[in-house]
Amino acid sequence: MADRGAEADALLPLPAATFHILLALAEDDRHGYGIIQDVAARTGGALKLSAGTLYRSIQRMLEQGLIVEVRERPAPELDDERRRYYRITLFGTAVARAEARRLAQLVKLARACGLAPGKA
Amino acid sequence: MRAYRALLHLFPSSFRAEYGEDMCAILAQRRREASGPLAVLAVWIGAVLDVFANALRAHGDVLRQDLRFAARTLGRSPGFTATAILVSALGVGATTATFSITDHVLVRPLPFPESDRLVKLWEAPPGYGRNELSPANYRDWKAMSMAFEDMAAFHTLSANLVGEGDPERLDGAAVGADLLPMLGARPALGRIFTAADDQAGAPGTLLLGHGLWNRRFGGDPAVLGRKVLLDDAPYTVIGVMPRDFHFPSRDAELWTTMRLESQDYEDRGDCYLHAVGRLKRGVTLDEARADMRLVTARLERQYPKENARIGASVFRLRDEVSRQARLLLAALFGAALCVLLIACTNLASLLLARALFRRRELAVRSALGAGRERLVRQQLTESLLLALAGGLLGVALAAAAVPLVARLVPNSLPIAETPALDVRVLLFAALATALTGVGFGVVPALRAGRDPDASGLREGTRGGVGGRREKLRSALVVAEVTVSVVLLVSSGLLIRALWRLQHVDPGFRTDGVLTLRTALPWSKYEKTDRRAQFYEQVLGEVRQLPGVASAAYISFLPMATRGMIQPVQVPGRSPDPSEISNASLRFVTPGFFATMGIPIRQGRDVSQSDTADARPVGVVSESFVRRYWPGLDPIGRQFQIASQLRTVVGVVGDVRVRGLESTSEPQVYLSSRQIPDRALMPYAPKDLVVRASGEPAQLLPAIRRAVAKADPQQPVSNVRPLADIVDAETAPRSVQVRVLGAFAAIAVMLAGIGIHGLLAFAVSNRAQEIGVRVALGARPADVLKLVLDEGVRVAAAGTVAGVALAYAAGRALEALLAGVSPRDGATFLAAVALALVMTVAGSVLPALRAVRLDPLSSIRAE
Repeated sequence: MADRGAEADALLPLPAATFHILLALAEDDRHGYGIIQDVAARTGGALKLSAGTLYRSIQRMLEQGLIVEVRERPAPELDDERRRYYRITLFGTAVARAEARRLAQLVKLARACGLAPGKA
Repeated sequence: MRAYRALLHLFPSSFRAEYGEDMCAILAQRRREASGPLAVLAVWIGAVLDVFANALRAHGDVLRQDLRFAARTLGRSPGFTATAILVSALGVGATTATFSITDHVLVRPLPFPESDRLVKLWEAPPGYGRNELSPANYRDWKAMSMAFEDMAAFHTLSANLVGEGDPERLDGAAVGADLLPMLGARPALGRIFTAADDQAGAPGTLLLGHGLWNRRFGGDPAVLGRKVLLDDAPYTVIGVMPRDFHFPSRDAELWTTMRLESQDYEDRGDCYLHAVGRLKRGVTLDEARADMRLVTARLERQYPKENARIGASVFRLRDEVSRQARLLLAALFGAALCVLLIACTNLASLLLARALFRRRELAVRSALGAGRERLVRQQLTESLLLALAGGLLGVALAAAAVPLVARLVPNSLPIAETPALDVRVLLFAALATALTGVGFGVVPALRAGRDPDASGLREGTRGGVGGRREKLRSALVVAEVTVSVVLLVSSGLLIRALWRLQHVDPGFRTDGVLTLRTALPWSKYEKTDRRAQFYEQVLGEVRQLPGVASAAYISFLPMATRGMIQPVQVPGRSPDPSEISNASLRFVTPGFFATMGIPIRQGRDVSQSDTADARPVGVVSESFVRRYWPGLDPIGRQFQIASQLRTVVGVVGDVRVRGLESTSEPQVYLSSRQIPDRALMPYAPKDLVVRASGEPAQLLPAIRRAVAKADPQQPVSNVRPLADIVDAETAPRSVQVRVLGAFAAIAVMLAGIGIHGLLAFAVSNRAQEIGVRVALGARPADVLKLVLDEGVRVAAAGTVAGVALAYAAGRALEALLAGVSPRDGATFLAAVALALVMTVAGSVLPALRAVRLDPLSSIRAE
């Protein structure tokens, strides 16, 4: 969908927190604290999202339609009743892809100037 | 954890409601995972910093979202948006424009350091509050008074500048060397005067005003040291004053020293100095006045004859604004506030109606989970956005309007004519804007948020005509009508006053008369014969011009110069000590009365043969005769003025020398040839009046040639039709009346819109009821009455309140009414009639709509 693509491009570049949250949700639905832990693990502890940043991002991402809240939850014994789970949408996936493409493009440019490791 | 919860209140409440619990959970989890007290502390610090950083951003997010939403909703109803913006722009614009002027004239400190300590001192002989000082009295006041850090004097100066380009007549002041330092004035270029410049016999030194420097010397810094001729005397330019320096009035463009000499101190009756003092720190105005009472009492004992009953008056330099100018501005500012008030109520009413129409939308949003705080906040954002747009437009309107009302700035103050729209004024505009925004935003927003039972969602609910809501809107419209009636009556009264003044007979006929000034320099023209030669040559040439009926010279045109008063004595008549025995004195050439159209009632005009060698004669006004020889034939009787006994040879009609609104002293006219050589120089005729049969302005080039032929170095200045001088009398009033009239028109229009809005809303809300009534047999007249009753009720309540308030306003304006009664029936009737027209105009469309309602479809619509 051309429209969807344009809409996705309009959100780029994504704030770092938003991109990381999308990555964390790419594999599985997660609750807030789960996202924080996943991001920390993925970045080797370099990025520890604060609660405020997390929920502010989540609020905006919900409005933008990048993620949704999900009702059905993992088996009750695995779940804390209080927690809300978030799931990436198709649109969210498209936006994350577009952002990854944009970043790859940048890396390619940097590489051409000898500013990044890898093949010229 | 409770502390953290409290901290979370920094977030918008919608955000807190949504995520507060989750955030607390995360903090609890982190605390559990932290090992050791230091790690726990780190978690806490991190959490606190996080709240501060993100709460602000979260508010920003909400604001952005609200703004986007507001822009979208407003864009969907462009008619409403345009009306709302225009209404607030009118309110803010009117207030800002009048505030700039009022602030400039009445509030802002003068542009001198510690200007609140600067005062103006005047001699106060019986009957006058502000008379100039004689040099001797000034010298003694300065030496004897204790209340002042310093006192300095100046006299106004008008001189011909010759050299570099055309000769030019310029206004300025001759000042004591201590004046400029006392004011705290510094030159933009060069230096100011020193005591050495102010010595008798010192070479002439000159300071230029910034405007003059740019205009005549191209802003060239090399002007310092340049030699110029002022009234034929050589002067050296020593400095240029800054652009914002205006003293004593804004016309002043050059300054020299006054260089008082010993003979200047001889005559205590020769009053021409203005004195300015700087109060000692901590000395109040009253203390200074008490001090001056002691000083003048001592001087009266010392010089019982010359200083008899001569007091002193002391006013702040800031307050050299006439009571009338003050009242004109106060009235305007009050009117502007009324416009702002009407604008606010109108907007509140508009938004209230809109909020009621949008009840269903709001109920839906509320049902979908939007909290009350979010809804209120959304509405407030919308109204503030409207107010901001209105405010910006209003400031633009004000910027355009300020130069138009700048004629209300009296030139008696040392300030620029046009006030700048500066930070203070913009702040005021911002405040007015915010008040408007909150004023009309809060009420509807609070109402929108308070919908306890979601009744807006229920099927068949009418748009929501709760009795209370309609009452509030009615009250707002009543207030609008009230204020607009007050404005209508006030401007009506002031228009009547203006008309009355414009029909006051000035005592002369202005049509076809051109006036101009050729002020002769003292040095070249100290001999009366030399001057007479000049007058004769110029008048001879001018009278030859085709279309010229007559021409003459006079020392001061009436109204253009109000004063020049001299004491009068009549031999054999012992004056009542309480009587003020002064007359306005003018010297004229023959033909002055004919040229001005002043009727000669008795006797004759001054003539060519009334020379220095002949018997001193005078022509007096009718009021002069009434005062000194009531019921007697004045011709041949004698009186003394300007130290000589004169014989009355003629009686002429009275002229309003002091202007249309003041009582004038009786007038005395003497022959210009009977001024002794080297005496009474200020009284030497300098104003030329020419009566023409055609358009007098076309004669100007020929008149200039005639003057140049008589004396090539003589500049011509102050070229004005006589009618302009009379018009200038009422100019500030007509500006004020026009502005006030515009305000009243805006008010009436807004009130009309208010009535229309109220009725239109009522009709669409009661469509079902009206439909049922029509279906049950109500005639169109009944429906019309149903709608009009509401409009008439509101208009009548507003008009009654307005008439009462208008009477109070009229009483407050009485000093401006020039004798028109604040109870003037015609004005009140006209205002009430206009209010009626406005009511009808506002009701017509809704009433027609109600009559044309199709009963079937309006019943079915529910």
